[in-house]
Amino acid sequence: MPAAASAEVVADVPALWAELISEVAAGARFAGLFGTARPGQLLLSAHLARPAGIATLEAALPAAAASYPALTPLLGAAFWYEREIADLFGVVPAGHPRLEPLILPLTGPLVLPLTDPLAGPLTGPRPPRPRPGMPGGPAIAEPDPRALPRHVVGPGMFTIPHGPVRSGVVESIEYLVETPGEDIPHLNMRVFYKHRGIEKRFEQLRAADGVLLAERTEGIASVAHALAYCHALERMAGVQPPRPAALIRVLHAELERLACHLDVAVRLADAAGLAVATARFGWHKEQVLRLVGRLCGSRFGRGVVIPGGVSALPAVSPGDLLAAVGRLDREVTSDAAALMGTASFLDRLRRTGPLPPQRAREHGALGPVGKASGFADDARLARPYDAYPSLGLRPAAPRRGGDALARLRVRWDEVAQSFQLLRQVADELSGAAGGPLSAACDPVDGRAVGWAEAPQGEVLYDVRIEGGQLTRCRPRSASFHNLVLMHEVFAGDILTDFPFIEASFGLSLAGVAG
Amino acid sequence: MWVLRGLRNGVLTTRWPARPDQYAQDSRGPAVVAARQPANADRLPGLCPTGAIAAAGGSVSLDQGRCIQCGRCVRARPEVFAWSAGPASAALIRPGLIVPDLAGLPGLPGLPGRPGRPESPESLAAVSEQLRARTRALRRSVHLRHVDAGSDGTEEWEILALLNPVYDVHRLGIFLTASPRHADVLLVTGAGARGMTEPLRRAYEAMPHPKIVIAVGTDAVGGGLISPSYATTAGVAATVPVDVWVPGSPPTPFAILYALLLALGRLPGADPAGRDAAAPARPAPGPPGPDAAAPGPPPPGPSAPSAAGAQR
Repeated sequence: MPAAASAEVVADVPALWAELISEVAAGARFAGLFGTARPGQLLLSAHLARPAGIATLEAALPAAAASYPALTPLLGAAFWYEREIADLFGVVPAGHPRLEPLILPLTGPLVLPLTDPLAGPLTGPRPPRPRPGMPGGPAIAEPDPRALPRHVVGPGMFTIPHGPVRSGVVESIEYLVETPGEDIPHLNMRVFYKHRGIEKRFEQLRAADGVLLAERTEGIASVAHALAYCHALERMAGVQPPRPAALIRVLHAELERLACHLDVAVRLADAAGLAVATARFGWHKEQVLRLVGRLCGSRFGRGVVIPGGVSALPAVSPGDLLAAVGRLDREVTSDAAALMGTASFLDRLRRTGPLPPQRAREHGALGPVGKASGFADDARLARPYDAYPSLGLRPAAPRRGGDALARLRVRWDEVAQSFQLLRQVADELSGAAGGPLSAACDPVDGRAVGWAEAPQGEVLYDVRIEGGQLTRCRPRSASFHNLVLMHEVFAGDILTDFPFIEASFGLSLAGVAG
Repeated sequence: MWVLRGLRNGVLTTRWPARPDQYAQDSRGPAVVAARQPANADRLPGLCPTGAIAAAGGSVSLDQGRCIQCGRCVRARPEVFAWSAGPASAALIRPGLIVPDLAGLPGLPGLPGRPGRPESPESLAAVSEQLRARTRALRRSVHLRHVDAGSDGTEEWEILALLNPVYDVHRLGIFLTASPRHADVLLVTGAGARGMTEPLRRAYEAMPHPKIVIAVGTDAVGGGLISPSYATTAGVAATVPVDVWVPGSPPTPFAILYALLLALGRLPGADPAGRDAAAPARPAPGPPGPDAAAPGPPPPGPSAPSAAGAQR
């Protein structure tokens, strides 16, 4: 096994937790906890975001260990991460407050000896855990809802199962709204419905093909996922994309941000019944997608980002690009101002779904959800990549409201920043002297973490390569990290606020279920 | 105030399919084969990360139902592969997505039932006629229900785009409905996540007859890059009977609209012969630059059903 060069190895799991807690207390942000199956052991990798980069702390669970002391009681942000580890590897985080299946419900005993599933002698029934990181795995893992607990309801309380097939064209998730009638004292989420086994699928691919699957992990953030994946590969190979490629990457990343934020505006306006505003923002979003399609052939910027650079120059001249961006900017800004002056709309968003600043900080809430609650950790500013360091992106004025309205305001701030960045990129591209669009980036064995700021927040990729083959790739979307906060934002909100809160989070469930 | 804003830009709505639409004509579809007997044909299948390319006896074919539009084949062998353009990428039968449909080519992986000879125009016409018979009663009021069976999220955006002012499918009497009990057409996206198998089956069963199922996107058609996976059924056909197959990763809104009208038999000048009824997916105009120097051969010859009637 090649040395995990970028990870700091800690003696055992309690020591790992202790170091993690002290780092978080010192100001680092908990960015994820992933498992990796290895012959006879389970590696637990915790990631910490610091201004200098993403640090990785790692400890191995010894062979035959079937459980470990849970991190969640010490650090609430690990809540879903540990449930995912239990689903995928069949180990129990002992002391976890609510250990239910999250992304893959399977019946049968959860506790398993950590022996090699291919070589080790196994007795008794064995649920087919996927165990990413280990060769092989189940051919089929049929989710079994019987593995999910039934919730007790008291007199006058009932549960509204909302999903997985819901009204409208939306991704599949089941919300269990536990309500006495109108308030929502508690919400449960079942995200397993659209689990696709992405992490194991990565392990069947060559490193060069991984970017294609990264683009399909969370399609509406295709560019950000491709960037995070390629950054990990480039870090391993010690490669920097050439300047024009870095600019084209920013161009597509910011257009993707525009499209996603306009999509949130469409959904919010639609929830408020503003037909004209819905149509206007729907049209703007379509214009952005068409511009992206004209630039590269794909309306979602797919195929642009490749390891080492980009695949081609934009098919639109910088001058035309500048004109298109200017036109869009005028139209979007004007309609956004009108929307933010529509009192009946603002009434629905104000104090709806508030996330307290303290909780945002504790959880390390990502993207607009964090920023709206005064916790801003934008990877483009804190750990810049590609052309961002030289483009003079400035942090927007902080917002603190924490409600759906603040989240929308943050998005408009980001839209204004994106237009600014797009102008700069178009300007610089028009003066670019040509040259190569990618540096040679042959996969180098090793392990690295890559990140990028998606419209939803930071995307993190933890990638290992052996012999040009992916042996482990854990994509962590901002949606996975942020969606769990939906549990906490229904203080005083009623059923009719639900679509506003969901839309204001602006997440994609493909990135949650994996 | 909003009313005035709504009038600001005039009519944005396309008149397609009654009138041609430039954007519809130009938008990229799946890859196509532009040279039937290329050099080194046996090396071509290795280009494709999803195994869409097959070669036998010096001939090459491409299964658009597996094409994720990554463009590797087009970049590596521009004299053999090209992009199709235009919305007409859907087919009424799964083998109809294979271009060109070569006689005697052994079945592609994942398509065990594919006959060893091209679909005869008669059998395609029969499929089309059966579908027509089922959809005739729907006339100009068609209600759609969408179910996500493990999509990556983009197909939902493209279906939702049909409601924006540019496509505005209400003008065609097509509406989205919340309940499967009111739905005539089921749009299914995603690679067939096993968690959605039962909800999808129940949504399908809740629909009244006649009902039509459209598999939207390469993932829904055959699993795309997501399959093989322990968590998917490699396409939604394992769960519901698919009537119309729409390739694309994701398909454009026009491609989805084309598939809807194809299912309903409402394409102008429709000749009930599947995808060749209206404008077929044709190779896009050659990209500028070095590739333009190589004269692209014309679209697949007349023996390929997908090119029959390429007169629009």
